[in-house]
Amino acid sequence: MELKEKGGQRAGGAPARPINRTGAFARLRSALRHPGSFLVLVLVLAAALFTVSMLLFIIWHIVSNGIAFLKPSLFEFTYNSINVSLFPALVTTFYATALALAVSAPVGILCAVYLVEYAKRGSRAVEAVRLATETLSGIPSIVYGLFGMLFFVTALGWGYSLLAGTLTLSIMILPLIVRSTEEALLSVPDSYREASFGLGAGRLRTVFAIVLPSAAPGILAGVILSIGRIVGETAALIYTAGTVAQIPPDVFASGRTLAIHMYVLSNEGLYTGQSYATAVVLLGVVFLLNALSGLAAKKLTKG
Amino acid sequence: MNRHKWIEKGAEAFFFLCALTAVLSVALISLFVFANAVPALREIGLLEFLTGTRWKPTDVPPSFGILPMILGSLMVTGGAILVGVPVGLLTAVFLAYFCPKPAYRVLKPVTELLAGIPSIVYGFFGVMVLVPLVRDTFSARFGGDGNSILTASLLLGIMILPTVIGISEAAIRAVPDSYYEGALALGATHERSVFCAVLPAAKSGILAAVVLGIGRAIGETMAVIMVAGNQARMPKGIFKGIRTLTSNIVMEMGYAADLHREALIATGAVLFFFILLINLAFAVLKKKQK
Repeated sequence: MELKEKGGQRAGGAPARPINRTGAFARLRSALRHPGSFLVLVLVLAAALFTVSMLLFIIWHIVSNGIAFLKPSLFEFTYNSINVSLFPALVTTFYATALALAVSAPVGILCAVYLVEYAKRGSRAVEAVRLATETLSGIPSIVYGLFGMLFFVTALGWGYSLLAGTLTLSIMILPLIVRSTEEALLSVPDSYREASFGLGAGRLRTVFAIVLPSAAPGILAGVILSIGRIVGETAALIYTAGTVAQIPPDVFASGRTLAIHMYVLSNEGLYTGQSYATAVVLLGVVFLLNALSGLAAKKLTKG
Repeated sequence: MNRHKWIEKGAEAFFFLCALTAVLSVALISLFVFANAVPALREIGLLEFLTGTRWKPTDVPPSFGILPMILGSLMVTGGAILVGVPVGLLTAVFLAYFCPKPAYRVLKPVTELLAGIPSIVYGFFGVMVLVPLVRDTFSARFGGDGNSILTASLLLGIMILPTVIGISEAAIRAVPDSYYEGALALGATHERSVFCAVLPAAKSGILAAVVLGIGRAIGETMAVIMVAGNQARMPKGIFKGIRTLTSNIVMEMGYAADLHREALIATGAVLFFFILLINLAFAVLKKKQK
């Protein structure tokens, strides 16, 4: 009985379709005949629906409550308790991102270059570095914050400062950059390198003239993702960069990034609307960065 | 050796130095966090610190027991796993075996967006939506004001979804197609083939996803601090507030001094120790998968 139906199904389908690819309706019919399978199907669909609707609900909730508070006064040059401007925080976020990337991007990219292009596969050094980056990526941001406070703020005596905060962040995003650069470098075909060597180029020239340019979109995707990480970071910054609402005049002054700004606002409990508006800006920045990173990654796989 | 060779050698040495930065960072972090925890542990006593049930840093004499916070972290993490792992795993199954291709192109970025939302935004969402929801639903019958273990677990469960989904989807996709096809050929339904043939084969990868989810949940700070209530006392049921190790540090570091400050650093060291254990478990599981 069942066999006959399956056969009929196959005859009705497009001829090129493999037999294990059934359409959604055929699948549903088969699931309906087996109560256990049907239950599982329902659970799977419910879980996927929950995940998607959760994201949409969070975005909708934040945007619908915050959009009304996105007024020009929110972007005034200096912060005071009347305008609750997020502009200084926005600028500080930009500074923090630029500084952290200036430290972390070269180090991380060159670290990956060493791992992929120079080190012998499976050597002791590679193992150690890989273990280290994996450990770093598992460390929660509050532990980074604690370390930054103990090392940069206290031991080096910099106080709560932009520099202490950004150096803490640059260690935090290092594994992300190393990892994505490694993957991008590995995706460059070996024939590129061989051709370059064959033309008489040295290793250094091969890396910088051939391999890195072809891996650039993938590296860029990783760098953009780490910007997202920096923009959203709070716990690592509270006790390193501090929470002063100003545009830091120099790197040894304190300044709050957008995420910290939002934490302070929502903690005070007086500026719910402005908190929503700040959340809208944060989400906007993060989603934009995600989209850019996706575009860059797509370029890598195409080109 | 000519000049060219020297440049090549120098560059290699420089790249190696860059690679060592990662190792150096781990060493520095471990050194500073653990070394700064030693004075407090020596003064309070390791056993007293870990098993003491009272955290009263400003009393005279003060007492520094972080057992409430350890239990708080464990309970909140356990709750997050109960919420996040079933949903995340089933979503991963959906993405790998149920989802039509065009829908996948939309849904995959959606799960990645969930990972991109800053934890402070999650926390704020928790305060504005989940806390009132839990309060309205449960506080009439069970007490509590909505800031509770339950709320924190729900929020963290949502937050670990992208981690669980990403890693378990990769693990499920790594299972050879022949497993699925073999089960199908033996007459199993699509669902049965996936759940009884493919998932067991992806077991260690899925376990790795759970372990990483635990790591994310136990280390999460800002979102938890906003919804968990933060009372430094032994857990009194899932509808009451609790403080976690992470929130203990953020709450009090701002004004702590002397032994109190050192005790907070020691709290961080305990958390760091947990994380290192979890990392180790993750590395072992990943090796097993290969």
